[in-house]
Amino acid sequence: MSYWEFLAEHGGRFLDGTLITAGQFFLSAALAIAIALVAGLMKLSDNALIRTPAVVYIEIFRGTSLLVQLYWIFFVLPLFGITLEKFTAGFVAVGMNLGAYGAELVRGGIQSVPKGQWEAAYALSMSPARRMWRIILPQALVNMLPPWGNLLIELLKGTALVSLISVADLMFEAKQINGSTFLSAQAFGTALIIYYIFARLIVTPFMRWLETVMARKIGKA
Amino acid sequence: MFDWKWDFAFEILPRLGWATLNTLMAAGGGYAIAIVLGLVLALAQRTPLRLLTFVVREFVEFIRSTPLVLQIFFVFYVAPQFGIRLSPWTSGMIAIGLHYAAYLSEVYRGGIESVPKGQWEACRSLSMSTRDTYVRVIIPQALPPALAGMGNYLVGIFKDTPMLSVIGVAELMHAANAIGSEHYRFLEPYTLVGLIFLAISLPSAALIRVFETWVRKKLGLS
Repeated sequence: MSYWEFLAEHGGRFLDGTLITAGQFFLSAALAIAIALVAGLMKLSDNALIRTPAVVYIEIFRGTSLLVQLYWIFFVLPLFGITLEKFTAGFVAVGMNLGAYGAELVRGGIQSVPKGQWEAAYALSMSPARRMWRIILPQALVNMLPPWGNLLIELLKGTALVSLISVADLMFEAKQINGSTFLSAQAFGTALIIYYIFARLIVTPFMRWLETVMARKIGKA
Repeated sequence: MFDWKWDFAFEILPRLGWATLNTLMAAGGGYAIAIVLGLVLALAQRTPLRLLTFVVREFVEFIRSTPLVLQIFFVFYVAPQFGIRLSPWTSGMIAIGLHYAAYLSEVYRGGIESVPKGQWEACRSLSMSTRDTYVRVIIPQALPPALAGMGNYLVGIFKDTPMLSVIGVAELMHAANAIGSEHYRFLEPYTLVGLIFLAISLPSAALIRVFETWVRKKLGLS
């Protein structure tokens, strides 16, 4: 069977899987960004009561494997009365894991904003919330966008693990097709190429575009 | 804690302990491959052969932007299609070693590029061979800035070893899965695996930072 016949026969399943992977990617990215922002800001707090939970969260999620966290959320949480559907468990695990890495980027980004900016906002008697939202965060965002590009690629790769709790994503479909046709090179090779296209032709160019737009918005380029 | 059975936890601890050794071996083996292969990939991008540079560059990007778990499956299932039978351990080591070699090649590249241009020129004017230039001048200076990245990826490779369980490498996650399905209890094995990972990765991250400052001091940088 030629590769084109293979694609014609199984292309639909690859497409279905890709759509699920895309869904997992966007939902876990949204969750990761929200968690990163909250945990990153909490870690910068002077109040130990606010700082400690963020530090514990970040260390736990960065200190263990995504796969361990995924299995824990899917198989162990139900014992505590929290049962998540597999699709939800998938993007929650990926989002929480990458959110912990993102929190460090947010912290680093905020700390890289020059001190004079804080003082100037203070001198204009801005409220702390307004100062953070209008002055500090926009500049921090520009500083941390390049590493976020890498993190989103890691996040995309992380979503492949949800196939192990039987979410029918791209990885899962590739495994299924491999199991029924035994054409491993075609099945896994096609999935590899789709992930590569997703990362290099969608995620990376989008982040580059966002970098230039944001830099222009705060007048840096 | 809710329904936590201490006697069961203690009963399975020795088994998880042995599996931890396998996990450490897998991480160590994969890292050894990655360190050497990463250098090859980094140096291949510095040759004057445009085509080789381009191919290696794209290869590194490809490895870095596709999921490790898929690469593990690929190596494990595709090799037999071409008549090569690989054990789970061998294919796991190849996949994880290659994956991290791509990451380490970027770390090396960054390190080498951080060496000032004058150092290269000085080597040339002393008519040093390419080999001597790298071994005696460039690499010793490229190493300290690369150490932080190398350390991070050592911890990274350790945390990625659970993925090897998907092809049946008997590491921690594999043992936890087996225990869980034998006893129909997942709370203790999965929680213990998480704790073991924390107990190893947090101190090693701290140790690596200490080692890094020690090397910098030893080489007279800061």
